[in-house]
Amino acid sequence: MMKGHRDHPAYWAFAVHRLSGLVLALFLPVHFYFLGRAIKGAAALDGVIAWTDNPLAKVAEAGLVILLTAHLTGGVRLLAVEFLPWRDWQKTLIVLTGGLSLGAGLLFLINAV
Amino acid sequence: MTAMLEVSVWRGREEGAFVSYAVPARRSQTVLDVITHIQRRLDASLSYRFACRVGMCGSCAMTVNGKPQWTCRAPVSEVAPSGKLTIQPLRNLKVIKDLSVDMTTFFDKWARAGGAFKPALGRPTAGVGGDFAAVKPASRARRAADAAIECIGCGVCYAACDVAAWNRDYLGPAALNRAWSLVNDVRDGARRERLAAIAGDAGCYACHSQQGCTEHCPKHLNPTASIAGLKRASAWAWLTGKP
Amino acid sequence: MNAGASKSRAETGLWLAQRLAAGVLAVAVVVHLGVIITAIQGGLSAAEIIGRLRGNTAWFAFYLVFAAAAAIHAPIGLRTILGEMTPLPPRLIGLLMAGFGLLLALMGWQAIYGLYAFRPLE
Repeated sequence: MMKGHRDHPAYWAFAVHRLSGLVLALFLPVHFYFLGRAIKGAAALDGVIAWTDNPLAKVAEAGLVILLTAHLTGGVRLLAVEFLPWRDWQKTLIVLTGGLSLGAGLLFLINAV
Repeated sequence: MTAMLEVSVWRGREEGAFVSYAVPARRSQTVLDVITHIQRRLDASLSYRFACRVGMCGSCAMTVNGKPQWTCRAPVSEVAPSGKLTIQPLRNLKVIKDLSVDMTTFFDKWARAGGAFKPALGRPTAGVGGDFAAVKPASRARRAADAAIECIGCGVCYAACDVAAWNRDYLGPAALNRAWSLVNDVRDGARRERLAAIAGDAGCYACHSQQGCTEHCPKHLNPTASIAGLKRASAWAWLTGKP
Repeated sequence: MNAGASKSRAETGLWLAQRLAAGVLAVAVVVHLGVIITAIQGGLSAAEIIGRLRGNTAWFAFYLVFAAAAAIHAPIGLRTILGEMTPLPPRLIGLLMAGFGLLLALMGWQAIYGLYAFRPLE
């Protein structure tokens, strides 16, 4: 349970945005490192891809897709909050960002399995 | 026999403890009524602050059941339907004693954010030493200033803000909201200094739009929107080189 | 210009840079998600990834811009988190994050160039 003053949708959205941003920032160097291995030949990259071919890795990848979509949609919401005239239907927007993120994750899983 | 409220009140300063009191429940009772009952009937040494009792002065804000709010217009039946109340001083401010906090930093930050009106001398709209300023009520700037102007300085937004907790220098929602109403005041002549004052790492760019301020403001103001306005205004000044 | 004013100018610049990069990323990530979800249909292979990028200047340019935007956006965000949630001094955080951004850009561009100019060794 979140502390009293934090228990409202815009704060949850903030928490999701910070957490997803942090994980994605730390994942980026890893992502670039493995992609960079392609220089050493397709076999090296295929080795990495084969390694990710177990259910646990698939779930982790779906998690990353969800985090990426959450950070994307949450970020677009923040840009709207900062740059556009104030909108009072923000809460609807927050729900929408959550829905889209889970949807993208599901789409990934359906296609991956 | 009357029903009793179970009231847990913070006693002490930064170090202290909760003390429980039983207060008779009444119809149309506010949280401030409950605290006043404790101070007058049960323990005269309890410190708290209030003045107007009608939501105008902004002095009776506290943390009630985890949420910062004014207490004079907080009905117990709405805040604590179960009859259990936990009352603490406002967060993010130094506790003087019990439920009274030191508001000095809070108002110092207003000053640091350029919260004082500085008349634009010599401008026809100045209203100083000349004609009264003619400001059209329907003008865009006037409406923007209006939206932010009803602040009573109660400190609820400051207590609700996590950035204020994480960054001790952060000017906070109320001070920035005040700066925004002055940025929109066409009679004001200190726009350049004000935009510089609110743009630092402790200013508007530290805000993450968590909107705790907007969520809890008893006057239903929207400091998040004001701060977003400051972000745009100061970024625009940065890009164009003029305020 | 005094220290306070230049500091506030720096904050304004960083905020603006992160938002501009966010705007670029908003478009790029939608494309990226589309590619991910279509690419994994029927399994992913290095040949498929290389096949898309190799010699294709449009994809090459897209990914260069994408990586640059990420390398600007991520360190500014991390800087805020470190500033608020760790006791590290601001100057050190600034240096670390400048390094992180540079590292991201170089790693990203190196990987993209590798795929674009791919010559099979085997």
